[in-house]
Parts: sequence; C-alpha cells; structure tokens
Amino acid sequence: MALPEVKQSATEARLSALSLPESGCLKAARQAALSRVQTMGLPSRRDEYWKYTRPETLVQAEAAKAAVFAADETPMFSAFDRLNIVFVDGVFDAEASDDLSLEGLTIDRIADICCKDIHWAKDLYGVLEARGQTPVERPLAALNTAFATDGVAIRVTGKVSKPINFTYVHSDESSDAILHHVIRVENGAEVTILENGPAASRFNKCMEIDIADSGKLHLVRAQGRDHERRAATHLFTRLGTESVFKSFTLTVNGVLTRNEAVIELTGDDAIAHIAGACVGDGDFHHDDTVFITHDAVNCESRQVFKKVLRNGATGVFQGKILVKEGAQKTDGYQISQSLLLDGDSQFLAKPELEIYADDVACSHGSTSGAIDEEGLFYLRSRGVPHAEATDLMTLAFLAEAVEEIEDADIAADIVSRLEGWLARRR
Amino acid sequence: MLEIKNLHVKLEDEDKQILKGVDLKVEAGKVHAIMGPNGSGKSTLSYVLSGRDGYEVTDGSAELEGEDILEMEPEERAAAGMFLAFQYPVEIPGVGNMTFLRTAVNAQRKARGEEELSASDFLKIIRAKAKTLKIDADMLKRPVNVGFSGGEKKRNEILQMAMLEPKLCILDETDSGLDVDAMKLVAEGVNALRDEGRGFLVITHYQRLLDHIKPDVVHILAGGRIVKTGGPELALEVENNGYAGILAEEA
Ligand SMILES: Nc1ncnc2c1ncn2[C@@H]1O[C@H](COP(=O)(O)OP(=O)(O)O)[C@@H](O)[C@H]1O
Ligand SMILES: [Mg+2]
Repeated sequence: MALPEVKQSATEARLSALSLPESGCLKAARQAALSRVQTMGLPSRRDEYWKYTRPETLVQAEAAKAAVFAADETPMFSAFDRLNIVFVDGVFDAEASDDLSLEGLTIDRIADICCKDIHWAKDLYGVLEARGQTPVERPLAALNTAFATDGVAIRVTGKVSKPINFTYVHSDESSDAILHHVIRVENGAEVTILENGPAASRFNKCMEIDIADSGKLHLVRAQGRDHERRAATHLFTRLGTESVFKSFTLTVNGVLTRNEAVIELTGDDAIAHIAGACVGDGDFHHDDTVFITHDAVNCESRQVFKKVLRNGATGVFQGKILVKEGAQKTDGYQISQSLLLDGDSQFLAKPELEIYADDVACSHGSTSGAIDEEGLFYLRSRGVPHAEATDLMTLAFLAEAVEEIEDADIAADIVSRLEGWLARRR
Repeated sequence: MLEIKNLHVKLEDEDKQILKGVDLKVEAGKVHAIMGPNGSGKSTLSYVLSGRDGYEVTDGSAELEGEDILEMEPEERAAAGMFLAFQYPVEIPGVGNMTFLRTAVNAQRKARGEEELSASDFLKIIRAKAKTLKIDADMLKRPVNVGFSGGEKKRNEILQMAMLEPKLCILDETDSGLDVDAMKLVAEGVNALRDEGRGFLVITHYQRLLDHIKPDVVHILAGGRIVKTGGPELALEVENNGYAGILAEEA
C-alpha cells in the first residue's frame, strides 16, 4: 500500500539525510529496519498514535538547534559507586568513561558486536523493536535500529555489585544523536541501570532489554534539564518467567519528549513496573506512551505516571494493557495523573484496556486537577507559607511515582532534583 | 487575647449571611466555650479567624493581642499564635506527618525570627508529646491523617497544637466521634496546655467535653449571633433543656 504523499516525502527527506553505518553482521538487521521504515513511513500528525504529540520536529531531516544548558548542580547519581559510561552528543567517550569491565557482566560497543562475534547481541539487535511494531507501528524506533551510530551491548550474567550509569552529555547545539543499546539479563542475573542527561539537541534512543527467567533489571533515568532539547525514546522489554523489570523516568524540562515503552510479559509470574514523574514549565510537551502485553499466567504489571504542569505545559499519556488469551491471573494496574498548577496547562490521556482472558484483575484511572485547596489551607493554618505548602503538596502528588524506585539513595537524589526545580520557581 | 467585635460574615460566592454581629472577648488564661445548634455558624467563625477562603467579612473586626488578624494570610495568623483544631482534619496523601510537623514548627519559628529546631531536638520533643497522647511511631510516619480513625485524627490535632504552642487555641468539635477514653486523652492534652498566657475557644455540642475541660465562660451561638453568655452552669442548662428553651427565652 502506498503511503500518503506527505508522509512519503517527509520520510524520504529524513532518510536522504542519513546513511546506513558500516556494520558487517548487523547489516541485515539494519536493512530490515530500513525497509520497515520505508513501508510504515515516519510519523505524521494525522497518525492516530500521534494525535496528541506533533512529530514533525522529531522527523524532520535536520535537528532544530538547542542551547546547551549550563548545569548549576552536581550531575545526578554522581555520588554513587557506579560504572560510568559517557556519551557526548551521542558519541562514546572512552576518556571520560570508566573501564568497562565489571564482574557479572560484559559491555561492548555495538560497533564491536560483529568483529567480536557477539552472538547474543546479533540475535537481539532490532528483534524486540521489530516485535514491538505490531499491533502499533513505531517508525522512529525502526529508524533508530537502521541508523544508530553508537550504543552498547550489555550482557548480565551475575548479580552486579554496582549500577551501570549512562551519562549523556549535550555539548553541541546542533547535535542529532541516534543511540541503540541492547541488554540481555541472563537467568537469575541482576543489574541496575541509570541514565542521565539530555544527550543531544535531538535524541533518538532505543533500548532493547531481554530478561531471562528470574532475571532482574532496574532502570532509573533522568532526561536532563536542557529546555530546548527534543527526545524520542523507545524501551522494548521482554520478560521471562519470574523475572522482574522496574523502571522510573524523571523528566525535568525539555521542549519535546516522547517516551515509548513496549513491554511484553512472556513468562509466568513475571513483574513489570513502569513509572514516571515529569515537571514542566511553559514550552514543555511530554508524552508517555506505554504498551504492556500480558502473554503468560500470573504476571503483574504496574504503570504509575505523574505530571506536574504549569505555564501552558502539556502532558500526554497513552497507556494500554493488552491481556492475551490464556494470560489468566493477570494483575494489571495503571494510573496516570496530572497536577495542573494553572489554567493554561493541559493533560491529555488515553488509557486503554484490551482483555481476552476471563480471570484477570485490571484497573486503570486517570485524573487531572489543581492543588487540593483544603490541604493547602490545612498546611498554611499550621504556619507553612503558601509557596512551601504548594511545594509540599506537589512533591506529595509525585510521591506515588517516586516510590516505585526501590533504592532509597536513588529515590532521594530524584526527590532533591524535584525540590530544586520547585525551589527555582518560587 | 482575642477580641471580636460586631463580626459579620457572608459566603463569598453566595448571598448568604452567616455571622450577623458576633462580639466575643477571650482573655489570656481563660477557656471560653461556644455551644449552639447545628448550622449556627460555629465552624464559620473558626474558619474566618484562621483565614480560610470562601468567606467575606462585611463588617466588624477581630484582633489577636491587638493585631488585626483578618488582613493576614493563614500562615501569618499561625505565626501570630492562632491555632484551629479542625472539626474535620484534612488528609494529605504523600506528606508524612512528621515532615509536616517539622516544616510547620520551623516555619513558625522562622517567621518569628527564632532559630529552627534541630532534627534531633524536634524528634525528642515530638516523641515525648506523642507518647502522652498515645500516638505511636507509625502514626507519625504515615501521611497526614490518611487512614487515621476519627479519634486518631483528633489526637493528631492536639499533638500539632502541643508542638506549635499557640497563644489562642480554637477547638472545633474536637469531641465529636470520640469514645469516652479518647475524649479523656484529648481533654488531658488540652488541659496540659492550659496556661496563664494562653486562651481557648472550645466549640462543642455537648456538656461532656466540658466536664473534662472546665470552661470559665460559656456562650450560645444561634443564627449567627451570640445570644447568651454565662458561666459553666449555662452548659448544664443546654444539656438538660436543649437549645430550644434557651432560644425561646432569648427571643
Ligand atoms: N462554604 C460553605 N458553603 C455553603 N454553605 C456554607 C458554607 N460554610 C457554611 N455554610 C452554611 O453556613 C451555615 C453555618 O455553618 P457552620 O459554620 O458550619 O455551622 P456549625 O459549625 O455551627 O454547625 C450553615 O447553614 C452552612 O450550611
Ligand atoms: Mg461545625
């Protein structure tokens, strides 16, 4: 079927600005991804899945310039004992990174997958992304698979002693980065992955995570304070029996962010929690698009998304739980809420459930509202000044999402950033 | 301590006059009780004094130690020494009770130019006060009033009062929803705070709270006015004859 003309020409314009990287054994995967892009076409504003978020700036051939934010606080997670992997404008920086060896895992750049003949990574690269293209198309992810210029392949074989931290530095105001990571957590292995930073003026990131039986992966990311940056990220996670995946994303600022998470529970008794907290002020558009598929028995999924919006900021949530036939005893929970600090901001939500099994417990809820005046008065009547009381209530609103982070130190770091954001707006 | 003159209050969004000329003077060291039928304006009076939105003062004044409080923000009134134990304490999910109290205590100290309490001093004090009110560590950790029983909420109000050491304490139906033991606890908490320098305005329907917190003066508020003022015996009269008799007498 031919694409609509506008979509066709936009897709061609974008593709003509890119070239497939030289990559021996990933060539087939990249080429297959490219043909997926050509068949689907890149997102346009007419697409149902892009109803609330305009994709033009994510699709256009050149990234719009974005000023580099001068950070006035210590980088996130920097106080932790961690293995740090640094990318500057989407390019791996070996100098700035730690030695990539650590007990319980191996880390390689995707460029080395072929020369080192890393089978598991070859077998994963682009595979979960391709699976994630049905029933809903995600062309920007396929574009990523085809054209990613850097990224790492991490294989976790044991219980890793410290978190792996990605630091994504933005240094060039015209940077346009495409990164692709593949992560395989083997049977019973455990790891925590941290990500921090805006990465580039425009960032297209794809992460494919395959968690084998009883494996555990915790992912906590923070998307950086640069106001003008744009990002489209995709997370594809497949979970085996009794495995656990927990993810939390903090988004502070950014003119446009679309975070898609595609999670497939394929083994019995698996658990997937995905949470996010975002705070936006003014020219800020933040979209969480989540698709969770239950395809096994007795699995639990939980989505908790909270957005604080002010001065005309926009929040979007599209979240779906699909329970396939036979996925009995599914426990699915989804909540998306926004706190609108003024009348100019808006929250657009589309929660969906699609269930083909009869013995399941699924619930979803979405709310949007202002600060609770009763609570505010109660705090003020005890002497807490208006601004401080508002901040307390705002942090309280975000708490349910932040509580999804298991590690207390990481959660405290996140909370301190939120406090800072609020304090700067007093 | 508190001096209210000819206070007229209407609802902001509705053409409804609720207080129609209240005169009241609470001296330091004294306990004044306000009784009155449902809907007579008792809670409205307490809200207007503490600065809640939604009311409009159309006439009259209210001063705390000579300062006009009606122009102040709620937090300024609190720092000036005003405290309201709410008839319906508000639940605040996500804000820990302890965090809330420490923030409040230190905000008031800061507003008064005093030094903030250190975390350890604060802990010592709150633990001791919580213990006398039979408030356990778990209640201190939980979000403010969330999942608290009626009695727990009221005890939590008294704990806040004890921590903030206000000059004027207004208790709005603090006895409602309490069983006898809980009421004793609350009354003991209040009595422990009775002091030369502190005034109390105790709003209640029932004599039984006043058996435990002995008032110096009792007022009857009806139809937005104080229709009768007397000694503790007035509360007994209400208990025995109901409001109907008193109101008929005053009409
Ligand atoms: N915010 C409000 N909106 C509408 N009516 C109100 C409001 N506050 C008070 N009232 C009305 O004012 C009157 C007095 O109420 P209240 O002060 O709560 O009485 P009390 O505490 O003596 O029972 C009642 O008729 C009540 O319905
Ligand atoms: Mg009342």
